[in-house]
Amino acid sequence: MKFLLIMQVNPAVLDALTEEESNSIGAGHENFMKTIRESGEFIGTQALADPGNSVTVRGTGGVPAVTDGPFLEAKEFMGGYYMVDVESKERAVELATQIPDAKFSGLAIEVRPIMFEVGFDM
Amino acid sequence: MTSTTTVEDLLRTLAPRVLAVLVRRHGQFGACEDAVQEALLAAAVQWPADGVPDEPAGWLVTVAGRRLTDQWRSESARRRREAADALRRPYHELITPSPAEELDRHVDDTLTLLFLCCHPALSAPSQVALTLRAVGGLTTEQIARAFLVPETTMGQRISRAKQKIKEAGARFAMPDGPERAERLTVVLHVLYLIFNEGYTATSGPDLQQVELAREAIRLTREVRGLLPADDPAAGETAGLLALMLLTDSRRATRTAADGSLVPLAEQDRGRWDADLVREGTELIEHTMATAALGPYQLQAAIAAVHAEAPSTAATDWDQILVLYEILDRLAPNPMVTLNRAIATAQVRGPQTGLALLDSLDADKRLAGHHRLDAVRAHLLELAGDVEAAREAYTRAARRTVSLPEQRYLEGQAARLR
Repeated sequence: MKFLLIMQVNPAVLDALTEEESNSIGAGHENFMKTIRESGEFIGTQALADPGNSVTVRGTGGVPAVTDGPFLEAKEFMGGYYMVDVESKERAVELATQIPDAKFSGLAIEVRPIMFEVGFDM
Repeated sequence: MTSTTTVEDLLRTLAPRVLAVLVRRHGQFGACEDAVQEALLAAAVQWPADGVPDEPAGWLVTVAGRRLTDQWRSESARRRREAADALRRPYHELITPSPAEELDRHVDDTLTLLFLCCHPALSAPSQVALTLRAVGGLTTEQIARAFLVPETTMGQRISRAKQKIKEAGARFAMPDGPERAERLTVVLHVLYLIFNEGYTATSGPDLQQVELAREAIRLTREVRGLLPADDPAAGETAGLLALMLLTDSRRATRTAADGSLVPLAEQDRGRWDADLVREGTELIEHTMATAALGPYQLQAAIAAVHAEAPSTAATDWDQILVLYEILDRLAPNPMVTLNRAIATAQVRGPQTGLALLDSLDADKRLAGHHRLDAVRAHLLELAGDVEAAREAYTRAARRTVSLPEQRYLEGQAARLR
């Protein structure tokens, strides 16, 4: 079963982290990737740039409106994800708890099943 | 020039025997398995072009043995001594005892390999992957493609599985007594998982991956042939095979030309594969008359009742209900109760079926599962509560993680609008 482990980040929370904390998150992700690579559960990962870099193309019922900034006025944004192939939803949740973000309040990991995919090199 | 299909079939049959010869000789399952895989790849290239050698198994054992010793040569000095020792003995000697002896050995060998691949220390996806490679003779690439994961992921999963087997201290030896029976249960479950993965892809656009279902049937047939008739697991092995055959008989009618899902009630039964139906039905009838009853046999028997009916309306639902009741007692499971509710509705009316569903609402194993909503929708519709049926179909559509299923459920909801 494939899942996306979606890192929901709050840029304000990230900004407030100490350098040590930031580094521990970075190292934690390295470790996490190593773990799921070795177990044969890792499919891929991508990290996204700050939502301040986004442009949103919004449906208006006619010509789409193009505006700078993210779609939602939200505090939390999708910061990146891991795609994994695991035995069960329980295992996906177990993996999500190992992502270093899970140690910091204000950060979260959403575990969501994948329903359709095409175009990845599989 | 030999056809590629014939060569591939031959290689897949020989794979577990060749691997067993090497493992028995060297005891290093992981390294031997890699070497056999390389030999199979070499044969897949050479044999179609140059012809199949006179002793194909001997050829594979020799080539795989060379790979092993090559590998050892490049490792430590201690390993180098082992290699030299191994080289002194020609490999073909190992597989040319008397024909009867070889056959006996093959029986034990393939089963022993299956037991190793389905070792309880492994997760189900690892058991499945390793079984397909070491016993099924599939390449990592083929397995990866069948499960829609990158080849590196599948390769890593297989090598981790072999490492875990080593850590668990598992030996290439037949377990006995109760352990053998327990391990056989796991083997059958792994074969069942392979079949199901092939029959209903758990995610992705293709509902059916034909190759895996065929491979599962081939391996189950093989296991059945390897077990003595009086083995306690023989009945359930035959039951599983019958279940696969009967389920697979509907393959061509399970999806429409556009890839959308066709439910049992609307399938063109004239196009069910009559040979598979016949084989599956005869097998399950014979088995249930002679073996101790088990869950696979009951599921096969239910499939056989469906297979003999010309339509949903003309189906012997009384018999199906009885079978589900026995199954739910023998192997209690909310999914079985769900199916029992459908049969109950057919026999005793939709309200009785719906009452049974209510008893499942509190079951955590089923909480939020789309099947509960889908079945409830179906029964509500039978009961004439169109509005509630539509809502339940919509809920089910939102909850499923299978795209074809979602389209089907959305279609059902739209039909009731």
